[in-house]
Parts: sequence; C-alpha cells; structure tokens
Amino acid sequence: MNYHWNWRIFWEPAPNGTGTYLDMLLSGLLLTIETAICAWIIALICGSIVGVLRTLPSKTASRIGFLYVEFFRNMPLLVQLFLWFFVLPEVLPNAWGLWLKQMPNAPFFTATIGLGLFMSARVAEQLRSGIGSLPRGQKLAATALGLTTAQTYRYVLLPMAFRIVLPPLTSEFLSTVKNTSVAITIGLIELTAQARAMQEFSFQVFEAFTAATVLYLLVNIVVAVAMRFVERGVAIPGYITGK
Amino acid sequence: MFANFDFDVIRRSLSYLFLDGMTFTLTLTGLATVGALVFGTLLALMRLSGSKPLVWFAGIYVDLMRSLPLVLVIFWFYFLVPYIGQWLTGSSRPMRVGAFTSSLVTFIIFEAAYFSEIMRAGIQSISKGQPAAAQALGLTYSQTMRYVVLPQAFRNMLPVLLTQTIVLFQDTSLVYVLSIPDFLGAASKVAQRDGRLVEMYLFAAVVYFAISCIASFGVRRLQARIAFVH
Repeated sequence: MNYHWNWRIFWEPAPNGTGTYLDMLLSGLLLTIETAICAWIIALICGSIVGVLRTLPSKTASRIGFLYVEFFRNMPLLVQLFLWFFVLPEVLPNAWGLWLKQMPNAPFFTATIGLGLFMSARVAEQLRSGIGSLPRGQKLAATALGLTTAQTYRYVLLPMAFRIVLPPLTSEFLSTVKNTSVAITIGLIELTAQARAMQEFSFQVFEAFTAATVLYLLVNIVVAVAMRFVERGVAIPGYITGK
Repeated sequence: MFANFDFDVIRRSLSYLFLDGMTFTLTLTGLATVGALVFGTLLALMRLSGSKPLVWFAGIYVDLMRSLPLVLVIFWFYFLVPYIGQWLTGSSRPMRVGAFTSSLVTFIIFEAAYFSEIMRAGIQSISKGQPAAAQALGLTYSQTMRYVVLPQAFRNMLPVLLTQTIVLFQDTSLVYVLSIPDFLGAASKVAQRDGRLVEMYLFAAVVYFAISCIASFGVRRLQARIAFVH
C-alpha cells in the first residue's frame, strides 16, 4: 500500500488557525455532543407526548399520534433537514423567512430541531410499546383507586414504562449522536465534518477517519456504561432486571 | 405561499429524476439488501457458532459498525475501496472505483451488521428440537442450517428484514455527501441549476414519503398474515 502514514499529524497546527488538528477534531466532537443532547431533549419531550397520545382511549388522539409518527418515520432524515433548512424559510411569510435565514448558527438550530423531531417519532414508538407491555391490571387498579387519566399516567403507567424502555431509549440516544453527522449536509461542522476538513487540509485521510472512529466509539462506550448504572439504579424490584 | 410554485420544473426533470436518480437508488437498495442479507447471515452464524475466534470477530464487527455514523462509513470506504481493490488485484496503484461500486460496498458492509442482528434473533427464535431432530436424521451442520434452521428463521423475520430494507432505502439518500446523483442527488442538482429548491425538495420528500408509506403498509399486512398462520 503506497500510502504515507503520519500519526504525528494530530499535533501539527491546522491551517484554519484554531490550534492543532487534534483541537479541530475535539471541537467537532463537542459540537456533536451538544447537538445530540439538545436534539434528544426535544425528542424526549415530543416523543413522550406522542407516545402517550397513541395509548389514550380516545380514537382521535391515537389517530393524531399515528399520523405524527408516520410523517417523521417515512422520510429520510437528510430530506427532512433539507425541508427545514431550505424549504421552510421560503414558504413562510417574507419577514419570518428573512429572520430564519439571517439567524446566526442556523445549521445548529436546524439540525437540533430537525433531528429532535425525527427521533421523537422513534421515542414515541418505544414508549408506546413500553406502556403497551404493562399488565392491564395496573391501569384498572389506578382507575379503581379513583385516579384520573392524567394521574394514572403520571403516577402509575409512565414511571413503569420509562424504566422498561430505558435500554431501547439508550440505543435511540446513540442513534441521535450518530445521526448528527447527517447535518454535515447543511453545514454543521461536527465531528465527521472536522475529520473531512482535516483530510482535505492535510491529505492524511485514514488518520483523520481513524481518529473520528475512535472518538465515536468512546462516546458509545461512555454512554453505554453510564446507562448501565442508571438502569441498575432505577430497576423495578420484582422484574428480571430488578433487585 | 404557493403563488409562484413552479410545477413545470418537476415535469421537465421527471425523466432525469426517475430514469437516472430513482433507478440508481432502487438498484443500490436492492443489491445492497441482498448482499447485506447474505453477509449478515454469515455473521450471525459465526456469532452462534461457539468457536471463540469467530464469535469474537463477528461480535466486534457488529458492535463497531453499529457505533459509527453511516456518513463516516461512507467517507471511509470512498477512500478505502481503491486501496482494497489494489490489494485484491495486486496492481501497483490504487484502483479506480466508480461511485456505484464504492457505495454498494459501503452499504453491504455497513448494513450487514444490522441484518446479522435480525438473523441472529431469527435463528435463536427456533426451538432447539429442530436442529436436534435434523442432527438425529443425520444431516450435517451445513445441511441443518440450509434446509431446517435458516428457511424458518428467514420466514419468521421477514417483516423485520423488510422494515430494515425500508430503512436502507431511506439511508441510500446519504450518498448525497459524495455528490452522487441518486434520487435526492438528482433532485438537488436540478434544484440548484434552476434555483428551484422549494419545488424539488418538496417533491423529493413526497416521493420518499409515498414509497416508504406504501412499503411499510405492505409489511404491516404481511405481518398480520404471518401472525395468522402461526
């Protein structure tokens, strides 16, 4: 293989004047994590609401939840980001569109909202199956105790359901981290984009991508280990995972 | 809002969008699904083989692929495939590889990890009596897998495999990062040439949405039928 390896490249200064190549990659990693966490907050809030809607006895509510999930699940994330980034400012009234276009950090906000809504459909599906997996007696018992529907969800169903779906939610969060790289197409300079920039500046393709790969792996490992502790902490006594 | 919506730009570019773009997308989806299913099944068999090195290899492979973003893997292989080609053919310089080959290799290698997890679940869902009976009949390991276990695993997992294929279909849009004219890439080229971003991206969204919706509706019906037979 006639490729010239140079692993010391990471400590050489990058031409964009922000420090070494390693600093460049780390700033990308930071932006990846920031975007992922902000998007995850949106995904959790919207996903929980829609997930609950889908399990309510009201036909209209579950129909609305169904349409929401289908809407966000049946379009590629890339296309959704393009809709938010290129199409939305054009179809809004002029003044609003102009405001959106002139917003500083537009790629970050677009990526956060677009990715958050995209993931919210998946969170909703997980939560719905979690609520669905609870024995029917829980809801009946709550009703028999005189709890309203809102109280039943708040005190009985959701605390159980969220604990049950914690493992799949962890992998959805990791998907969120990975999916931030799609925002490279709307100009978000996250980890993959920084690796690509490093490759263009230095021509050390494989070093740059190896470093990005290692950083993504580290994020995965840290999240997986942290969530194992959380899972142990909130485990329900009497269930297989419980004490 | 739609006062100056130009439907004509869509009509004019229809043949380019579908004959070139959609053909690329669907061919890539089809070939990548078949390739990833074959490779994924092999990985699943390795993982369940009981031989330590094979279990390790398959486990690390699947975990590695599943922790990386597809965009990064696409970049990796775009640069790596020419060197792999050089290594395989023993030529003196990196091989020239077309956009299609490069993305096909990427998707097979990446999606195989996801397909292997599905096939593993499928194989594990088959009761132990089945391979035991096959062994009692004198079938070899490969015969047991080929005639007894895999056909049933595949059938049980068909809805999940098809759902993964829909995900794969949507994921192929990411070859956009290599400026390859798949369906979205073609739409984007027309959009930028004619300055009609709104029309082209909305149209692309509608087409992706319609195809995925119809496909997932089909999968749901299939699932209901399979559940009924059981």
